[in-house]
Amino acid sequence: MSTLVKNNNKKADIDDFDHAHDEKPRGIMRWLLTTNHKDIGTLYLGFSLLMFFVGGAMAMVIRAELFQPGMQIVDPNFFNQMTTVHGLIMVFGAVMPAFVGLANWMVPLMIGAPDMALPRLNNWSFWILPAAFSVLIASLFMPGGGPNFGWTFYAPLSTTYAPDSTALFVFAVHIMGISSILGAINIIVTIMNLRAPGMSYMKMPMFVWTWFITAFLLIVAIPVLAAAVTMILTDKYFATSFFSAAGGGDPVLFQHIFWFFGHPEVYIMILPSFGIISTIIPAFSRKKLFGYSSMVYATASIALLSFVVWAHHMFTTGMPLAAELFFMYSTILIAVPTGVKVFNWVATMWRGAISFEVPMLFAIAFIILFTIGGFSGLMLGITPLDFQYHDTYFVVAHFHYVLVTGAIFSIMAGAYFWLPKWTGYMYDERLAKLHFWLSLISVNILFFPMHFLGLAGMPRRIPDYALQFADFNQLVSLGGFAFGISQLLFVVVVVKCVRGGAKAQEKPWDGAEGFEWELPSPVPYHTFSTPPKVK
Amino acid sequence: MSDKTLVHKKNNQLIAKLVSVVMLMFLFGYALVPLYDVFCDITGINGRRFVQSTPQISGLNESRLINLQFTTSVAPDMPWKFSPMTKTIEVHPGENKVVKFSATNISPNTVVGQAIPSVSPGIASLYLNKVECFCFNRQELKAGEQVEMGLSFFISSDIPEDINTLTLSYTLFNVTAVNQNKQPI
Repeated sequence: MSTLVKNNNKKADIDDFDHAHDEKPRGIMRWLLTTNHKDIGTLYLGFSLLMFFVGGAMAMVIRAELFQPGMQIVDPNFFNQMTTVHGLIMVFGAVMPAFVGLANWMVPLMIGAPDMALPRLNNWSFWILPAAFSVLIASLFMPGGGPNFGWTFYAPLSTTYAPDSTALFVFAVHIMGISSILGAINIIVTIMNLRAPGMSYMKMPMFVWTWFITAFLLIVAIPVLAAAVTMILTDKYFATSFFSAAGGGDPVLFQHIFWFFGHPEVYIMILPSFGIISTIIPAFSRKKLFGYSSMVYATASIALLSFVVWAHHMFTTGMPLAAELFFMYSTILIAVPTGVKVFNWVATMWRGAISFEVPMLFAIAFIILFTIGGFSGLMLGITPLDFQYHDTYFVVAHFHYVLVTGAIFSIMAGAYFWLPKWTGYMYDERLAKLHFWLSLISVNILFFPMHFLGLAGMPRRIPDYALQFADFNQLVSLGGFAFGISQLLFVVVVVKCVRGGAKAQEKPWDGAEGFEWELPSPVPYHTFSTPPKVK
Repeated sequence: MSDKTLVHKKNNQLIAKLVSVVMLMFLFGYALVPLYDVFCDITGINGRRFVQSTPQISGLNESRLINLQFTTSVAPDMPWKFSPMTKTIEVHPGENKVVKFSATNISPNTVVGQAIPSVSPGIASLYLNKVECFCFNRQELKAGEQVEMGLSFFISSDIPEDINTLTLSYTLFNVTAVNQNKQPI
């Protein structure tokens, strides 16, 4: 890919900041030992795509079982393992590594840095991930089965009633957490210390800003998750009573600790999306992003508010009215900065010279569908309504709208947007459009009817259901299979694009802005050994 | 180059700060446990109080009657029968009362139990004062043994006007294993 690179810094010192080796090692060792941010970004993205299909296969098992009422294919315990591990893999294996991969690739390019600040740490943060997921997936094959208590692992489901393999789940989550924390530290240090001279904070591209804030959320929230799983571990195996009422603990305490991590976590999975969309919408509207500084402040306020809303996941635990009101108001308050973002994107498109290439199609779909997910989130945030919706398919519909048509669609948009830069070739626009339209239609057949199922009272995480839900579930399952198959098209497009195609120009999107578009396509293996000039 | 050692130093300082944030947040996760207990004891919002009160001599308010309901349940691995001998009772705020609960060990072994109280609405637990309660201690019953366990309590006279019905529920847990310091439950 980069044999054409003219390397000017052969004589430069070889240390953490200058990788003067102009030859990449060949074969597997290149990937195992790499400290190059582009290689590590590719590893993250490839791993996340793999995990997307593993978690997707589990979703297919779930939808196959729910295709008809009654027990069809799997037994309830295995069904529960599927819902649990599907959630864990999609959250920690697909969405988060995809964002870290994009950050690895793009943050140094966007701020004009030669690499990430801590390249060896970067290598480690990636390579412990496959280990974590091997442990998690292996636990499915243990006697008694893998984790079956939901990705939220509420005590006592994850203590008193948990399978023997729970220790493996705990260690897997620990390793995933360490990987995320190391990645976040690396990103913060890179952004704070390696910006090109003249790039002040308020000149950073939006994607860098959103990741900067996300990285802080990670280092604050993930350690609390680590504490929670450690308490689960000692409660189950070492006779502590953090969550056991018999020993003076309280199972509700688990939910407080978990959601203190869990709610920032859901913003960890959406803030980088906001950054990607804020990059793509201006590029294809051929206008500057509307309200840059309000975008920065909105992102920061969402991040801060995310620490004072956790108990809206727990309205039905019997909280006092005052607490329910507090958490309801603080939750609804988040709609304000989120609304600022949505209106800014729309205002960016207003009177722009818009063209509809695939990244833009995904970005526009993101704005509409994520907003639907946001609205159902508002409904869930209203305490009295939540008593009806709690633990039904309405919740499932809500978080799949924000995570699939939100996070995943933005990742797809970003992938299509930067693929020409990464590979040096244009992707197949016709196939990519087919991928988009099939995904868009099937994802709505998949998740929209879930709203009605939930309103009608279908509980989540149950392998069987009452007969009146049969038609809608069949429709949902068909949408699910169609969405699953459509994603294979994405793999075809990516593989075709890596192998060849029309040569990509330095700047294939004429409205795009930023340092990355001043570099040749494909990007040389080493970039910005001397920092670029900030205009 | 001095520029690079400078960046190195800046990086290391920043890393040290970030790592200490991570450590602090891990400890904070654990600190939530005692914080939660203290917070709940002060506000009474989770309805679970073990505080022992001294009996009230004054402050009887005969103009109000509070309806107090008792329910019981046993944990799945607890081989006892456990029921309130009084299901509901009407008391004046400030009035000292004693109610009894009956427990029978229906297993062939000696079993140690621990009752955990919970008051609903949670906030009312601040006004339900236990003078003497079997939940303050673990109870040991031999095979087939039956006991009556007492609860002596009064309701504070400053109980808010809008609370007229209280439910006090006890869940009985099997703590035999923990009691002998052997295996976890």
